[in-house]
Amino acid sequence: MNRRSFLLASGAAALLPLAARAEAAQITGAGATFPAPVYAKWGEAAQAAIGIQLNYQAIGSGGGQNQIFNRTVDFGASDAPVAADRLEQHGLLQFPAVMGSVVPIVNIPGVGTDQLRLTGELLAEIYAGRISKWNDPRLVEANRGVSLPNLAIAPVYRADGSGTTFVFTSYLSAVSPEWQRQVGANTSIRWPVGNGARGNDGVAGMVRNTRGAIGYVENAYATRNRLATAQLRNKAGNFVRPTMESFRAAAANADWSVPHFAASLIDTNGAESWPIVSPTFILLPKNPQDAARSANVMKFFDWAYRNGGRMAAELEYIPLPDEVADAVRATWSREVKGPDGQPVWPPR
Amino acid sequence: MSQAAATSAAPPLPARRRAGKAGDAAFALACHAAGVFVLVLLGAIIALLFAGGWPAFRAFGLAFLTSTDWDPVQEVFGAGVSLYGTAVTAVLALVLAVPVAFGIAFLLTELAPAPLRRPIGMAIELLAAVPSIIYGMWGFFVIVPVMAGTIQPAIIDTIGELPVLGTLFQGPPFGTGLLTAALILAIMVLPFIAAVMRDAFAAVPPVYKESAYGLGATTWEVVRHVVLPYARVSVVGGTMLGLGRALGETMAVTFVVGNANRISPSLFGAGNTIASLIALEFPESGMGSLKLSALLALGFLLFALSFLVLAISRWLLRPRLKG
Repeated sequence: MNRRSFLLASGAAALLPLAARAEAAQITGAGATFPAPVYAKWGEAAQAAIGIQLNYQAIGSGGGQNQIFNRTVDFGASDAPVAADRLEQHGLLQFPAVMGSVVPIVNIPGVGTDQLRLTGELLAEIYAGRISKWNDPRLVEANRGVSLPNLAIAPVYRADGSGTTFVFTSYLSAVSPEWQRQVGANTSIRWPVGNGARGNDGVAGMVRNTRGAIGYVENAYATRNRLATAQLRNKAGNFVRPTMESFRAAAANADWSVPHFAASLIDTNGAESWPIVSPTFILLPKNPQDAARSANVMKFFDWAYRNGGRMAAELEYIPLPDEVADAVRATWSREVKGPDGQPVWPPR
Repeated sequence: MSQAAATSAAPPLPARRRAGKAGDAAFALACHAAGVFVLVLLGAIIALLFAGGWPAFRAFGLAFLTSTDWDPVQEVFGAGVSLYGTAVTAVLALVLAVPVAFGIAFLLTELAPAPLRRPIGMAIELLAAVPSIIYGMWGFFVIVPVMAGTIQPAIIDTIGELPVLGTLFQGPPFGTGLLTAALILAIMVLPFIAAVMRDAFAAVPPVYKESAYGLGATTWEVVRHVVLPYARVSVVGGTMLGLGRALGETMAVTFVVGNANRISPSLFGAGNTIASLIALEFPESGMGSLKLSALLALGFLLFALSFLVLAISRWLLRPRLKG
């Protein structure tokens, strides 16, 4: 807490000249690390475009939830949707900001990128330790034409609690009833086998260093580190490559009409859909003490929905479809009320 | 104390001296306040950790210390795995570091020519100044690939084949694991142990050693029968100091320990330490959750453990510290 106010104070001090000039409207947010790069990019661009300055602290989804429950920030950010009763209890509105995808990465001598074909069941069996060699008959069966070596599989996972792990284990739980029963889905879980590494970079590094390794990272890290990804079989039964097209196909097939926008983009229908895609969420108080700051948060995301798509795609995130953004705006004007009882959005 | 009593009994002093006395009193008060502040802070930290960890202690009872479950999905937590990992890495680090530290200390006090002593001594002390994150990165990018590519496969193919002893050296050569973590820790605690040992060896009165040499003892016999017995307690104390450091090391260990919440019989297997687990899991622990409480309880255990080890080290080193 002290550190936070110190940071805020020093941040404010550093920005005094700016504030005097541009009347910079500052908004503060905290939470998920997964979308932090795109929020940073949007923040930069939005300050130039609409004079709203975002101060975002990527402290993890759990921390972000704590801070917005305590109202120490203007908005919280979480990769996992917050349960409806907790949203109710803390008077929060939840809406999606952007989407991301998780991809499996492998290090198998002689197997190039997107050559290996995996199903969700195989992935779950590997991470459960029941498939432990790359030349296991079940893997060979799914990969006719690819020569798989007699090499031990070294599963790598995120050792730190993370939204990426939540998304990945949600997928494993969705496709494998056994995984669901024995392990489950969470930001950190009890991994039956394998080694943990810290952060996406750590997983990418460990997979690159270890022969026979398999891991999972956000797509941006696989692209940036030029790691060998694998194809996955989607719900329609097709093997798909992790590309922006297959991510967008998954996003297009999501059902956003569920309460609190808690749409699951895990294993969606659609012939071309990549099966591990997930939205990341913003948590906004429905009864803000300071209506102006709350309005600025909405202004910021409104601007990001309109203008941030290309920036997001450059960073390998998937922009929200326009009709979902419209639905979010409608929810803002319906649900967020200032101290005077008047809707905060659209800004007067 | 005795000085203060003497001045208060003295005849009245000129004004200037009295001002000095008031300054003395203020200074003493400030110093006392600083000392008390540290004690209060220490007490507050222990109390906070214990209070925060209380829900976990209450929920799991004494079994919390031994349970090897760490399952955030089912909300079942135990300290067994991380206590085991902490103990194994720290003790193994000492096993690796103490002989080397002994060699360094002996070289610096007995064998090295005088002009070499200062440079070597300074190099050792510089090791202590390297930030732990640097050790972590170096371990991850340099040591881990070497372990995975060369050392571990070689050991697995030789010692790993032996019965009983072999179980300690089996499994896939990830490069990370308890042994790698212990190796990094050994390098990190080396300068502390070596420094204490060097001072202890240097404190042996030369006349003892000269007498032994005069009786025809070899260098090894002098070390074995004169230097070591004289410095024994300090050597143990210095080792405990290193142990205290190894127990709490976080960043470097996190990089190389493998971060798995299970106990593996093999030293090549992944494990976890208390400090590393807390660092990794803290950001995603919800306020008021049992997981957060379990992490605080782990913090309390680590605090108690380090406190105990350092207290023992202080107690053993007390003659030296007084001198």
